[in-house]
Amino acid sequence: MSLQQKIKQIITDPTLSAKQKSSYLALEADASLPYLPVSQVVHEAMDSGIICDMFEGNAPFKPRYVLPDYAKFLQQGSEYLELQAVENLDEALNALTIIYHHVPSVTNIPVYLGQLDEVLMPYTAGLDPETIYQKIKLFWIMLDRTLPDAFMHVNIGPTDNIICRTILRVDAELKQVAPNLTFMYDPQITPEELFQRAAANICECSKPHIANYPMHAQSYDQQGFGIVSCYNSLPLAGGANTLVRLNLKEAALRAESREDFFSHTLPHYCTLMYELIEARSQFLHEQSHFFDSFLVKEGLIEESRFAPMFGIFGMAEAVNILLNKTDFTDIPLSNSKSQYGHCETANILGHQISEALDHIVKSTAVTYGYHGRALLHSQGGISLDEDVTPGVRIPYGTEPDPIAHIQALAKHHQYYTSGISEILTIDETVKSNPQAMYQLCKGALNLGFREFSANVASNDLIRVTGYMIKLSDIERFKAQGSRTNTTGLGAEAAVNTSILNRKPRVASHEQSPRYVR
Amino acid sequence: MNSHLATYAEKLPQTKAAVSKVINFSCVDGPGSRLVIFLQGCNYNCLNCHNPQTIDLCDNCGGCISSCPVQALSWADNSTSSSVKWDTDLCIHCDTCLSICPKQSTPKTYHYSVADMLLLIRKNSLFINGITISGGEATLQLNFIKSLFEAVKTAPDLQHLSCMVDSNGSLSESGWQKLLPFIDGAMIDLKAWQQATHLWITGRDHHRVFRSLALLAAEHKLYEVRLLHIPGKTDFESEIDALADYLKKLPPAVRIKLNAFQNHGVTTEAKTWKACTEQDIKQLAGQLSQRGVGPLILPAVYI
Repeated sequence: MSLQQKIKQIITDPTLSAKQKSSYLALEADASLPYLPVSQVVHEAMDSGIICDMFEGNAPFKPRYVLPDYAKFLQQGSEYLELQAVENLDEALNALTIIYHHVPSVTNIPVYLGQLDEVLMPYTAGLDPETIYQKIKLFWIMLDRTLPDAFMHVNIGPTDNIICRTILRVDAELKQVAPNLTFMYDPQITPEELFQRAAANICECSKPHIANYPMHAQSYDQQGFGIVSCYNSLPLAGGANTLVRLNLKEAALRAESREDFFSHTLPHYCTLMYELIEARSQFLHEQSHFFDSFLVKEGLIEESRFAPMFGIFGMAEAVNILLNKTDFTDIPLSNSKSQYGHCETANILGHQISEALDHIVKSTAVTYGYHGRALLHSQGGISLDEDVTPGVRIPYGTEPDPIAHIQALAKHHQYYTSGISEILTIDETVKSNPQAMYQLCKGALNLGFREFSANVASNDLIRVTGYMIKLSDIERFKAQGSRTNTTGLGAEAAVNTSILNRKPRVASHEQSPRYVR
Repeated sequence: MNSHLATYAEKLPQTKAAVSKVINFSCVDGPGSRLVIFLQGCNYNCLNCHNPQTIDLCDNCGGCISSCPVQALSWADNSTSSSVKWDTDLCIHCDTCLSICPKQSTPKTYHYSVADMLLLIRKNSLFINGITISGGEATLQLNFIKSLFEAVKTAPDLQHLSCMVDSNGSLSESGWQKLLPFIDGAMIDLKAWQQATHLWITGRDHHRVFRSLALLAAEHKLYEVRLLHIPGKTDFESEIDALADYLKKLPPAVRIKLNAFQNHGVTTEAKTWKACTEQDIKQLAGQLSQRGVGPLILPAVYI
């Protein structure tokens, strides 16, 4: 199809809004440029699906994820936005509403809305709980209706405060797709009763995710971190300049043996990953002029706090392929009990691959990184993926019970600094027993889970990697289009990857990065 | 294992329990998240039983061995007089063996010693609030339950776990007395109000059920009374006044749970009985509430 035909198809698509068409048109324009200069082997690896730039664009002009220091913004106001330092909650919510429209990301909608309880608490003096509730509720409705993308992420906790509790109350009440929500849990700080409240919210609306606060915090410095988009943990006042991912399944297929995989195949494709990471981040930092933005000038982000995310996916398939290539011939591969997620031998091989990746990522310097390094990430898949499982997850429909599921994967979590997620689907009987959800979550964090996400099987809101869609919206989407950007992605994933056939009804992609008719 | 535990393990009874299933994570078998052990064997023969293969113990006749499509069943030591061995790795759970068993039993049972079960509990202990032993009829293997729960309650790393029994209430008072020191609570089924109805549905009278309920209530160990509602078959609606009167006299902490009969898995005439809908349950719940019984626990799902 010619570029003009494609543009016309987008323009005349009956299901997209004008704004959605504009973003797809911009992507096409970017894609019409020649690719950044990279070697022939990198091109070949990209063409054969071994490494992937997430369709971020041929000439990146904005970072993938940006995490501004919103607390600083409210304290100092903004010369560029002509805003004074704020003095009360109304001014704070208004100022945030304004700046959100000036924070770019790969989706053009901010993926990080801030550690909102910490950001807003200084402006709550003298307000009674009911007044705060009314204001937060209106703010929450505004976010869902004007920035309708479930990648956009609010953080709360680990401290107990009125904003944190009000957000939990409003979120359970409204059951909106946006914003996404992470609750930080720290056993030293968070009261158990508040943690139980958050777990009860999961039973209501499959939100929030629970982050293992001490584990994330020790990965970053005093300036802190935030959870954005789909469970990506990144430096606060920084972000991710790019995300490049490695398809471990495709890499494993090209290895002669398990030993060959560790000694040659994996290091080889990691080298290609780094070449692509360098090309993309150098263009962004050196030629796009993104870092001339007011966000940098006013100190809300710092160029040195941006890092490339080194993503991986297809761990399950890679492990099963490598097991078959080595001396484990007595294990029938048709038997799921011998496969990744179910068998100790397979799980240990998976942990070894994660450990090897961790070693490579921690010892390889990059020009534009966090302390000169990229950050390892278990990537949640995109809607175009077929026959390959996101991140290090267990293939859909074959997951064991929630406890065995957590035990199989917990050892991976220590390695994935910039985020990892398993989606545990819990049957709906948990709705009348939130204590069970609480105990499961607590067990997972104790065992070393970085992030706990659960999906309650009967909820209309379902999790598609890190974001939520409404099942009822998917039904309507094909006919009428959707106000919410992510529902389109979910509908596409539902068709391409039969996600709704999954035993747990959870979709599997991080985002749908290009226009597909 | 340290030496203290090793000595301790030696003291554990060597007898093994016949177990039909273990679920690591259940939300419906007591407070919080629970590891549930379903013991094989039942002394009732309920028309409405969903798992009739858990009623009788396997008598090792071997009739099922040749029926297995994946050769997961075999004689334990290649002699046709020994016991039937079930290979869990090969089994695909097609249940062909259940359908041909002349006793309607199952060759698919596990045998766990108390020490085996403690290992499994320790593996899951971070994630659970407690352990529930169910069935079949759990209390038919009273000594196993007592030994297991005693071991849990005396192990420093496990004693925080609550120990519950899910029973049809047919255990004798002396039997309950053996368990009481080690259980936190029991969940008892009351399958019908009238003796005749109970006999018809279960094949047993319900004298002991009421004795069990009274004893457990007096000992503050009655966690839940469960009424399985089968519209038009059970007599809870026709005996609503007497039933409500009785339930109201139980200690207020006792949970009254209404369960809805579903006919899948049923093999008797009850297969043709109408499943209990949400509306049926709400009607019964309404009648009980009007008479001051409550709060009631209703089913989370109707499947």
